[in-house]
Amino acid sequence: MTRRRLGTLAWAAGTLLVAFVMFFPILWMALTSFKTENDAIAFPPKWFFSPTFENWRIAVFGGPVLEFMGNTAWITLASTLLALALGFPAAYAMAYYRTKRTDGSMLWMMSTRMLPPAGVIVPLFIIFRDLSLLDTHLGLILLFAGMNLPLVVWMITGFMEDVPFALIEAARLDGATLWQEFTRVLLPLLVPGLAATALLALIFTWNEFFFAVNLTTRAASPLSVYVSTFKAAQGDLFVAKMSAAATAAVVPVLIAGWLAQRQLVTGLTMGAVK
Amino acid sequence: MTTAMTQPKRRRRIGEGRRFLSAPAIVYLILLTQVPFALTIYYSFTNWNLLRPASAGFLGFDAMFRNYQRILQNPDFWQVLVNTVVLTVSVVVVTFVLGMAFALLLNRPFPGRTLARTLLISPFLMMPVASAVVWKYLLLDPAFGLSAWVSRSLGLPAVYLVERAPLASIIAIVSWQWTPFVMLILLAGLQSLPEDVVEAARLDGAGPLGLFRHVTLPHLRRFIEIALLLEIIFVLNVFGEIFVITSGGPGIQTTNLPYQIFLEAFSRWNVGRASAYGIFAIVLANLAVILFLQVVRRARQEEGR
Repeated sequence: MTRRRLGTLAWAAGTLLVAFVMFFPILWMALTSFKTENDAIAFPPKWFFSPTFENWRIAVFGGPVLEFMGNTAWITLASTLLALALGFPAAYAMAYYRTKRTDGSMLWMMSTRMLPPAGVIVPLFIIFRDLSLLDTHLGLILLFAGMNLPLVVWMITGFMEDVPFALIEAARLDGATLWQEFTRVLLPLLVPGLAATALLALIFTWNEFFFAVNLTTRAASPLSVYVSTFKAAQGDLFVAKMSAAATAAVVPVLIAGWLAQRQLVTGLTMGAVK
Repeated sequence: MTTAMTQPKRRRRIGEGRRFLSAPAIVYLILLTQVPFALTIYYSFTNWNLLRPASAGFLGFDAMFRNYQRILQNPDFWQVLVNTVVLTVSVVVVTFVLGMAFALLLNRPFPGRTLARTLLISPFLMMPVASAVVWKYLLLDPAFGLSAWVSRSLGLPAVYLVERAPLASIIAIVSWQWTPFVMLILLAGLQSLPEDVVEAARLDGAGPLGLFRHVTLPHLRRFIEIALLLEIIFVLNVFGEIFVITSGGPGIQTTNLPYQIFLEAFSRWNVGRASAYGIFAIVLANLAVILFLQVVRRARQEEGR
């Protein structure tokens, strides 16, 4: 009995150690964001230091981070809502009105998600230029809504298939319109599923970089584009401020992902694995 | 009686209209993916360069494949192709081994398991360009990075890994980010393995290794396939890490296909050439998927024999 307990404890210690090592770069980033610039580039590295909020004050709250985060938040929110608005009725049709073509349509949708972004970036750039969508929120919102649409349709279809059709039939007998079926019957039942779907779309959109860097210059650039500007060293003393900016950029998604751990798997595999 | 007679009819009438509710989403996706795809094909047959506005012309039927010919004759292209394949295959192998190990570690109740899982999935949630700057400066910088401290503490000279082994560094960083992805899916697979099956195998005298080989692995097959397939598709598109850490260099040692397309399109503004490269990227993605499915099918057949 005790041997078994010891085994479990050793297992716990080993696994937590591995987890800590994997997490360490993130922890180190967060720690560095509270160092002075001189402490941040001290050698050997400083494990203990007196924390300062200067970097957060200068780089995040007083600097450009908040502005870019505003862009990211607005683009993420609007594109997710648009994807849900387009995807919800589509999922309704896929779940409750199956035809011979339904499976084919679903697979085709998923295949569009697999198209390499680099393969279509040139025409997208030209189209954006001709429609004056370059460096606009609207352009990225339209694009990211499409990027997340297959995921949204797949996930919501899965959730809807779990709703007994009898509930919808009962509402119809009471004379419910399509809109009432959506808002009175399905929405309340699907809130957890929709939240999980939205959270996943949020994670993908928030972190997206390739389209963002090629289709925006400054006004509509999301946070990922700003963080990437640190690719060039910015003077001698920027590492701590860079860490503050990077930490601010990843914290919302880390929290969202921690909350949605269970749904991550369903979403990542488009429901192929539940 | 009346409801029983009219209800199926009404449901069918409603159904006929409502199945078209998927039309907006499908049209939207066609506009957003198929139209650009068709345009990529067309542009790849032009000599259009945005720096020369008069150049927006079709190459003519006798010379329409000129962009493709130039690319195939360019030795750099083969290097870029090799980089892309090496990067993707290495990341898939590394993340599979680590992801499997981590999933097995988590697939057993112990105090602190939720914490361990939460910490382990975090790299995947990181914005890739944020991971890139953290690795580039905080961890790998030769002057103040942690790697320098570790190697000095071990009595070794501090080297700049990104310079010494650029592609390996990118592979390591991308693997760090993608290991949690594989781990999560395999963990879902492990947890769907019925306890009584494991118990039965144990009673039959299966040791831990035999159990893993003959019970766990076959059960995990579908999960492994999906994890690796999706990973291949996504890792072929890696861009942010290369953009931030190496800019494709030194030389073209870390340039993959997406980065090459980025250079061709947005620093040389060569629409025609970049589009032809884009077609190669699309073909490569499809080839990778087909090849992978082929391997899976063959493995299945051999297993069946």
